Amino acid sequence: MISLVVNGQRRSVNVEPDTPLLWVIREQLGLTGTKYGCGIAMCGACTVHVDGQAVRSCSFPVGSAVGRRITTIEGLSANRSHPLQKAWIATQVPQCGYCQSGMLMAAAALLSEKPRPTDADIDVAMTNICRCGTYERIRKAIHAAAGK
Amino acid sequence: MQRQASKITLAAVLAMCLLSLPGGERLCAAQIPTGDASRTPRVAQASSADSARLFQQMFAVFEHPRCMNCHTGEAFPRQGDDRHRHTMNVTRGPANSGAAGLHCSTCHQSMNQTASGVPGASDWHLAPARMAWVGLSPGQLCRALRNPAKGAMSPDQMLSHFATGLIRWGWDPGKNGHGQARTTPPMSYSEFIGVTTRWIESGAKCPE
Repeated sequence: MISLVVNGQRRSVNVEPDTPLLWVIREQLGLTGTKYGCGIAMCGACTVHVDGQAVRSCSFPVGSAVGRRITTIEGLSANRSHPLQKAWIATQVPQCGYCQSGMLMAAAALLSEKPRPTDADIDVAMTNICRCGTYERIRKAIHAAAGK
Repeated sequence: MQRQASKITLAAVLAMCLLSLPGGERLCAAQIPTGDASRTPRVAQASSADSARLFQQMFAVFEHPRCMNCHTGEAFPRQGDDRHRHTMNVTRGPANSGAAGLHCSTCHQSMNQTASGVPGASDWHLAPARMAWVGLSPGQLCRALRNPAKGAMSPDQMLSHFATGLIRWGWDPGKNGHGQARTTPPMSYSEFIGVTTRWIESGAKCPE
């Protein structure tokens, strides 16, 4: 049995330690806001925070999450009140929306380290893939949320 | 008795050589004991030639992509045996561990991930740009290793560095996302440490 702290709540799961965190989040804990995209840590759809840092949960063994603080899109804020979530809605960023929870988690990690990022900062931090091509709106929304 | 004393002196001088590196090459050569006149010159000459040859063996490891992909002077790591630029616009960042919001540890964990094929080892990061090896000849790389401006390490520091999980990963790099085993350097890890130790003990000479 593995004990985790997810979105501030202690949860116990019966899985092998090398199970990717993504599958524990989605299948064991039922938090399906985090998405499966490529499964090889390239697309970023599965991005969550571990101790505040963005990680690609498809390539993060759950055993490495023990004793650390895990945050998923469901725990980013109460009532969608994170400045990024507000900016995402105001800017109407998503198209199909599949990648957007990972985008938001990646953007939140960026702003926590760099509250007022430049375009270049955004470009090197936001390597997540959006097949709808919403990159321009993502950049605009990050700037809108910066410093708030 | 005299031979015993000579051995002790040799050991002491060898220890001084090890402690004085980098930059101790001439000092070591000059301080090899002269008590056994029939042996000393032959030992010194053999050590010098052997030492440079030992570094050539070490170089074959250093120039392998598992080492060279992150010992680059560029603003990004490389990957694969063809040493292509790391995909996804991954960058070096200010601390050689990625950009704000996208650190190396966003994807690379403390061990290889079999499900995704993403390689991993503890403290995954690039070597500082001043420790770039790309394009250096064996002699140039050898001298760079002993140049303080390029991050020279003492013999102890070098061996400690080679004992870290990140360096040992080079011999246990796992499989890529296609299930293909990554290649490893041309000698085993224990052979590499043995060669490095002998290189240090022989005065850490550099090829031309």
